[in-house]
Amino acid sequence: MNDTNKGAVRDGVRTHGLTTGEGERNRSAQAGLTRPVLVSAVLFMLVTGLGYPLVTTGIAQVLFPAQAAGSLVLKDGKTVGSAVIGQNVTRPDLFHPRPSATTGTDPNDPSQSVDQPYNAASSGASNLGPTSRKLMDQVAARVSAYRSENGLAADVAVPVDAVTASASGLDPDISPANAMMPAGRGAGARGVPVETIVEVIRRQTTDRQFGALGEPRVNVLGLNLALESVPVRQSAAK
Amino acid sequence: MVNDLVQFVIVVGMATVLVAVCGAWLARVLTSPGHVLPERMTYGLMGVDPGEAMSWKRYGMALLFSNGAMMLLGYGLLRIQGLLPFDSLERAAQTADLAFNTAASFITNTNWQSYSGESSLSNFSQMAVITFLMMVSAATGVAACAGFIRGLGRKSARDIGNYWVDFTRVTYRVLMPICLVVALIYVWQGMPQTLNAEAVADTLEGPAQHLLMGPVASLEAIKHVGTNGGGFFGMNAAHPYENPTPLTNTIHMLCMLLIPSALTYCFGTMLLRRRQGWAFFAAFLVMFLGFLAVVYSAEQQGNPLLAALGVDQQDSVLQSGGNMEGKETRFGIAQTSLFVTVTTAATTGSVDAMHDSLTPLGGLVPIAQMMLNDVFGGDGVGFINLITFAILTVFLVGMMIGRTPEFLGKKIEAREMKLVMLAVLAHPFSILGFTALAVLWPGSQDSLANVGPHGFSEILYAYTSGTANNGSAFAGLNANTPFFNTTIGLAMLIGRYFTLLPMLAVAGSLAAKKTVPEGPGTLPTATPMFTILLVFVVLVVGGLTFLPALALGPIVEHLLMLAGHLF
Repeated sequence: MNDTNKGAVRDGVRTHGLTTGEGERNRSAQAGLTRPVLVSAVLFMLVTGLGYPLVTTGIAQVLFPAQAAGSLVLKDGKTVGSAVIGQNVTRPDLFHPRPSATTGTDPNDPSQSVDQPYNAASSGASNLGPTSRKLMDQVAARVSAYRSENGLAADVAVPVDAVTASASGLDPDISPANAMMPAGRGAGARGVPVETIVEVIRRQTTDRQFGALGEPRVNVLGLNLALESVPVRQSAAK
Repeated sequence: MVNDLVQFVIVVGMATVLVAVCGAWLARVLTSPGHVLPERMTYGLMGVDPGEAMSWKRYGMALLFSNGAMMLLGYGLLRIQGLLPFDSLERAAQTADLAFNTAASFITNTNWQSYSGESSLSNFSQMAVITFLMMVSAATGVAACAGFIRGLGRKSARDIGNYWVDFTRVTYRVLMPICLVVALIYVWQGMPQTLNAEAVADTLEGPAQHLLMGPVASLEAIKHVGTNGGGFFGMNAAHPYENPTPLTNTIHMLCMLLIPSALTYCFGTMLLRRRQGWAFFAAFLVMFLGFLAVVYSAEQQGNPLLAALGVDQQDSVLQSGGNMEGKETRFGIAQTSLFVTVTTAATTGSVDAMHDSLTPLGGLVPIAQMMLNDVFGGDGVGFINLITFAILTVFLVGMMIGRTPEFLGKKIEAREMKLVMLAVLAHPFSILGFTALAVLWPGSQDSLANVGPHGFSEILYAYTSGTANNGSAFAGLNANTPFFNTTIGLAMLIGRYFTLLPMLAVAGSLAAKKTVPEGPGTLPTATPMFTILLVFVVLVVGGLTFLPALALGPIVEHLLMLAGHLF
């Protein structure tokens, strides 16, 4: 047992903390709190604040250089994005990511901020609560836009992730439900049968990790890059 | 649904296994007699004698003063950030009130952030201020808990151990090795770990995307192992660079639970009372599972107001469904609900979804858990809080059966009860007092992003989070004003030291006592009955204190949402 009873004979009087009988060692040490306090602050800053992250950086860059540098995706030698960060896409022949609430500085007036979806320099969410009128207006507008751009009937229920803003504003994924619904739009724009697009979506769908963790999902950048390599029928080519 | 339950079982099961593994390790670290070379060098530099036996007062003083020096160092570095290296983006130094808030926040293990990491901190600050303070505040919490446990276990003793030894060992033997391994797994999964500040991508549609990055993985590891919670990026662990896959999300959760839950086992081992340790763990777990059930069902049910707009929130093989505003696709409802519950139970404050956009009942749970503050709780302090309530429980039961209350063979007397009550009352005093002040303070309501009861919840959440040293937020609240920075900073300091120091005093006081043999009137504290009583006392005391405030916020909002009322 972790009991250092020290054999001190108690006199029945309860004492708290230091007593006069504690001995000289503690009293002399009592004066010396300044040095350990100051040294510990600087020393632990160096060890845990610089040593630990720098050693981690060194090892990580040897073992996993691509991930350590941000999982950048290259196409024809150019960086087109990161595999784990979403990016804004509005072209009708490509798949669109979830709504994003990130903002950026107004190029015309640096003192103002404006909506700038998928601004990876400033992650952000709507932070609107469940009874917010603003949220309801936003979602209603997104629902009707989603229906019209995908040619859906007015009573088709829209997948929730397609009309709600993600937490980071940089969500790289959409749900398979939200990937399947616009498949027809992608097929039409590319002049290929819808089955071709559905097949690409299937191949790009990530299952639950280890079959258990998280949700099945489709990485939008991966899907769009895969789609761009689908041969386009001449009649539909721009 | 089945898959969601499987995920809950996996996480809770693995967390339980880790309790024994990490608990046994912690107990060894805190009791082994020898010092390894780096530790001896550290003691030499600090000029301390590792053999010194410290009274609780001296132990507390070393803790307080060294924390003070570290906070000042962090504050200073933030104020001169512009002069320091590693920042191609040349981010400006923080203002005085913001730097005070940040330093107070990270040294108290709160990690409330009034700033956004991307725009406010250089990579140097992310390491030398944030990572540093995260590491030392966690080590402080565990060290305090070690001293506390010794106090409970000793009889007729004047000391509760040596603060410098506890602090150094926890850092060198527990936190740094775990963090290094965890950080490398994180990088493997896609977290950046670099000194570059950004990469620029030409996106498919043309406009350049500035991908900000830095030493993220090393920060994320200690952020969760240390139950800290402050994000590298503004959107914290929802940001894909901070949490790229469901595996990293799961490891985040296991790391958060690791030390708070292991301390129950460590306690059982150090006191040779294993059953007692498990009885405490069971109390943690019962409350945790109850809260998880509330969040999960509320979030999976979704928002009835959205359903009316033609939104499909039903879960199926093709989507998780549920309330997805402010959530990430890869986590869906199950991993998010679990994370919400874990992060406010272990008072980490890391978030993988925006709590401000949770359903009213889903948002009630994080507030309630932080109000109770001892469903696992933060590194070290959560366990101390639970003991606070355990002592309160034996006291109340002792009153009912007319016996002098005893706990772990020690008589609980007036002095201990006064200190316990100080610790118990400082918490609601800070939360409710500051919330009332903020509601009345002119101009404070300009900071709200939502109005109506949800706006009140934003303020209540802020002070609850600050006092409980959690750090998560209903992030719509713009807290970067001198009023909020200062008052939340004070709430963090009160919440940390006014529970820690009184309880160290209790430990010192109990250590000095003789052990009384168990008699027929002794209330056994390692039984399921005691666990039930303990949970009951925690819920009743917490409920009576906080229910009125909760009724004004999330509860009334829930009723209004069902009635279709918008704000």
